[in-house]
Amino acid sequence: MTTTLQRPAGTEVPRAVLNPTYLRLDVRRVLRNRRTVVFTLVMPVAFYFAFGVSQETGADRAYAMLSFAVYGAMVAATSVGASVAVERAGGWSRQLRLTPLRPVTYVATKVVAAAVVAVVPVAVQLLLGAVTGARAPVRAWVVGGVLAWLGSLVFAAFGLAMGYLLPSENTMQVLGPVLALFAMLGGLFVPLDFFSPTLQTVASFTPAYGVGVLAHHVLTGSGAVLGAVVNVVAWTVVFVAASALLFRRDTQRV
Amino acid sequence: MDTTSSAPSFTPSVEVVAAGAAPAVHLSGLTKHFGSVRAVDGLDLVVQPGEVVAFLGPNGAGKTSTIDVLLGLSQPTGGTVSICGTTPRAAVANGWVSAVMQTGGLLKDLTVGETVELTASLFPRTQPVDVVLRRAGIADIADRRVAKCSGGQQQRLRFAMALLPDPRLLVLDEPTTGMDVEGRRAFWAAIRDDAGRGRTVLFATHYLEEADAYADRIVLVAGGRVVADGTAAEVKALSTGRTVRATWPGVRPEDLAAVPGVDDVQVTGDTVLVRASDSDAVARFLLTRSPARDVEITSRGLEDAFIALTTPTTTTATTTTTTTEDAR
Repeated sequence: MTTTLQRPAGTEVPRAVLNPTYLRLDVRRVLRNRRTVVFTLVMPVAFYFAFGVSQETGADRAYAMLSFAVYGAMVAATSVGASVAVERAGGWSRQLRLTPLRPVTYVATKVVAAAVVAVVPVAVQLLLGAVTGARAPVRAWVVGGVLAWLGSLVFAAFGLAMGYLLPSENTMQVLGPVLALFAMLGGLFVPLDFFSPTLQTVASFTPAYGVGVLAHHVLTGSGAVLGAVVNVVAWTVVFVAASALLFRRDTQRV
Repeated sequence: MDTTSSAPSFTPSVEVVAAGAAPAVHLSGLTKHFGSVRAVDGLDLVVQPGEVVAFLGPNGAGKTSTIDVLLGLSQPTGGTVSICGTTPRAAVANGWVSAVMQTGGLLKDLTVGETVELTASLFPRTQPVDVVLRRAGIADIADRRVAKCSGGQQQRLRFAMALLPDPRLLVLDEPTTGMDVEGRRAFWAAIRDDAGRGRTVLFATHYLEEADAYADRIVLVAGGRVVADGTAAEVKALSTGRTVRATWPGVRPEDLAAVPGVDDVQVTGDTVLVRASDSDAVARFLLTRSPARDVEITSRGLEDAFIALTTPTTTTATTTTTTTEDAR
């Protein structure tokens, strides 16, 4: 029967783990969503203008700059990860099950899309710092920026897990305040020195703490680097495991 | 009622197919239970390559549950499923089967063209994007956001996506629900044009007219089973039959079996209800060669017949239910 159908020569696509077309369109889709752009770009920039530019020294401005770079990146990464909630609610995940797409490709594409999108708030924040008088050694800019970006990928896994957990179109409305709380406890809005010793101890176990310490470390020369690394690794493992578990539950239920 | 073997209108397309080709769909004793609910309850169905089959039934007949199983979206509770001679998942992975679902499955922030391009990237080999857009009749709105498309346009977009792998079997689940008349017509024009190229099409619907107009063969389902299977003309003939009702104490269904034109006999107490294509012959028999009295002949509307055929209980019970519902 197929012989009666014309099968014009189409495009051959290698079965790689990453799908470049999907990645490109997914990133474009995220950047097209006005709400995501407001939360990941406009808000961190507004915060920096409100609390960063007013700092007296260039070093303090650089500190605030890196804080809000981490914050913007973690919101961006979470948004992309959590977009699976929208895709599940809208039946897109089901549509994908009618294609040969492998789950590993879907998840890998989401994580890379999160990484790509998270670059934007970090770059914008560093640029903004440069033109508003943030002062820091070049090494602190580069290392701080890269760590803010990479560390935020913990939150891509966090977003994924939440996207599979919350069956809602409005996942980010729930996660926005949660991320603000994480940012607060991670010392991104107020330096942790202002907290009581007990609260500082509690804060060191929260997900944004490790990224915050690592991003600021070269600038300040302070902070427990080993503890921060343990924090990042531990939360990455927790969120990736949760995503995998919830993903499996999701595909079984259909 | 199995009229498959005597159905002339789809037999030719079966013969066109090379001998030994696997059926597009082969379901045998399929069951799907959700807790205590038997959504699909022993369903058998064979669809040969090239057939255009309407899967007709009221809401809750088990149509969507059956389609989910044959697309590999859910596991059957029992029975066997074979799609193009293999498992549903393998058929999907090979691009042999694709589907147009009822709702959802689209991303609002993408354009029509981007959606098709994205879907195309997921398959190892597809038809060119512009070809499927044109064939689905949406080439002119390729740059439009999905969120801004009408229900009919979104449905034709789903159709374009389904055409990408150039599938052997196209499954449509209630494809025109919520469309206006114009959108429905345009959608079916595209499907019909495509089916003319020899693709096997299985579509679920609860519109009798739609099944009548677009299918070679109608499979009527109710209560998770096939209750009638035949050409559109045959089912239509069934639908336009008449019912003869009479009082006959001690009647057995066998008493009427010999009468020509009898399709179905139901006995409830002393009342016998005969569904027949030749109601005159039945009435003549009852009045002249039996002790029956109070003979009534009623013609059956299209909808009456549909309800009668697709209700799992007796015809008498159906009538009662309908009356009760109307009275409310």
